[in-house]
Amino acid sequence: MSASESAVGSGQSADQGSDLIGAAPVERTDALEGADREEELFTVNMGPHHPATHGVLRLVVTLEGEVVKELRPIVGYVHTGIEKSCEDNSYWKVIPFVERMDYLSYFFNMEAFCGVVERLIDLEIPDRAKYLRVIHLELNRIHSHLVWMATTCIDLGAISMFWYGFRERDKVLDLFEMSAGQRMHTRYFQVGGVFEDIPRGFEAKLRSFLAEMPSRLDQYEAILDRNEIFLRRTKNVGIVSRERMLELGITGPLLRAAGEPWDLRRVSPSLAYGDFDFNIPIGTVGDGYDRYRVRMQEIRESLRIVEQALDGLPEGPHIADERKFVLPPRDELATSMEALIHHFKLVTEGYRVPPGEAYYAIESPRGELGCFVVADGSAKPARVHIRDPSFVNLQSLREMSLDGYVADLIQNVAMLDPILGGIDR
Amino acid sequence: MPDAPGLELIAQELNEGFEGAVTSTYFEHGQGALVIDPERVLDVLGWLRDTPGQEYRFLSSLHCADYMPGEPRFGVHYELLCMQRVERLGVKAAVPDPGDGELPQVDSCTNLFPTAEFHEREVYDFFGIVFRGHPDLRRILMPEDYEGWPLRRDFPIGGEPVLFTHNEVETPGWWE
Repeated sequence: MSASESAVGSGQSADQGSDLIGAAPVERTDALEGADREEELFTVNMGPHHPATHGVLRLVVTLEGEVVKELRPIVGYVHTGIEKSCEDNSYWKVIPFVERMDYLSYFFNMEAFCGVVERLIDLEIPDRAKYLRVIHLELNRIHSHLVWMATTCIDLGAISMFWYGFRERDKVLDLFEMSAGQRMHTRYFQVGGVFEDIPRGFEAKLRSFLAEMPSRLDQYEAILDRNEIFLRRTKNVGIVSRERMLELGITGPLLRAAGEPWDLRRVSPSLAYGDFDFNIPIGTVGDGYDRYRVRMQEIRESLRIVEQALDGLPEGPHIADERKFVLPPRDELATSMEALIHHFKLVTEGYRVPPGEAYYAIESPRGELGCFVVADGSAKPARVHIRDPSFVNLQSLREMSLDGYVADLIQNVAMLDPILGGIDR
Repeated sequence: MPDAPGLELIAQELNEGFEGAVTSTYFEHGQGALVIDPERVLDVLGWLRDTPGQEYRFLSSLHCADYMPGEPRFGVHYELLCMQRVERLGVKAAVPDPGDGELPQVDSCTNLFPTAEFHEREVYDFFGIVFRGHPDLRRILMPEDYEGWPLRRDFPIGGEPVLFTHNEVETPGWWE
């Protein structure tokens, strides 16, 4: 009955329609006023195969008309047992596994795992390695936020942003390819430092990227910031209070958009983050628009960090000179028997890590990325656990979306920036 | 981080309030942790969250490790964080394995920390630890009808045959 009513209603407005479509604001009226609400509830599956769920995420949504009344996320469709597989591989072979969890921030996963192993074996990495890691981490953050911007805007109907975002992201991937040999899943970070020093020409290419990127961001913001559709879709949508966010364990841009200036790079600076001058953008309301603004500003701050790191890049080795844990330089293998023995032992058996356990958290593009490793004294970890921010942040989706429209639910999923590879592991 | 003496102070205060709650402490790699009696999880976490001067109000992670053949077998780790002082404190509930196919039980801390809901479901899913009082304790990443606790140390790796067309005949009835 209500469907026919609303059809009649829209027909009438079309008859009147001398006005331009979209000129008047859409009135959000309660279409089911007076109807028996309980009878009108129905439950639908959104996903697992749905382009707007950013992966294989299934949402069981209970709807009243177009309004979300209950929401239950169901995950696990791309669970591949990475944590179990890690237990069967020596420490250096675990790095490619953890990289593939959150496939947009692979450098962060590597850093979390390498950092925790370095703590377990008390290995201090050289300054140059710290700076190189920071450069790659921040480039990865830019890359991840650009993919977020591209996919979010495509969810909101702005397809051109998708091409722009991926165009700039490709430049970051070119840089990764130059330094690490791979565009994604580079395995560039090693326990003790980084795999190789940056090649000749990397700095010039990176500097041209740094010079170009701010103007690109200006262009994106010129498209989006005053875009009527974008503003109406994002403003005052998906608000969850700062206190509730903290209770739910939400971190990263979602928490900062709600007004909490919490950034692990600042409060517990690991690597060389203490050396750099950067700001932590925060929002005021915590709606979708604030989340967008926070992420865009984070790209700018990341550019600043990369620039400072490149300016201050210290000379020296790029990996620790610790033959028990780090592969010897390739050229020594032809001349030194010792180096050959170390190389053989490290590749066949791997290194042993003394018994102990540690938790190490870094600020990934999505929030606190923690890695917990239990070592039992053998060459394989006894337990590897990644606290993935997407997994925890997903818990806030229900409260963001209740009593909102389905269209706003799509926007909330996009602003959450979930990576299902990280959620399901 | 509370340093090693600070950790001892916390343990002492907790043991004054709750007899025998903290069984030991350890401090390694710059991180302190309390090892607690699994029956006192809610007491300890509630005290650490609400006592002035402690105020570990953020649970950043909850995970489990299987220490087999060590005893007690499981350790449920709570990574607490005090955002004001930027201090992390680990709390480890040492949970023994009841044996005989029974599942170990711990109180759920979802009332203290709502973020624990997904974490506890994950620990239940992978280790078979039952969280008493959890609002919705189901498997989260594994299929609902899955049998076994895959991240336990005695669960074999590669134990499930992968089905291809060439080995369909060896596993009759796989489609059922």
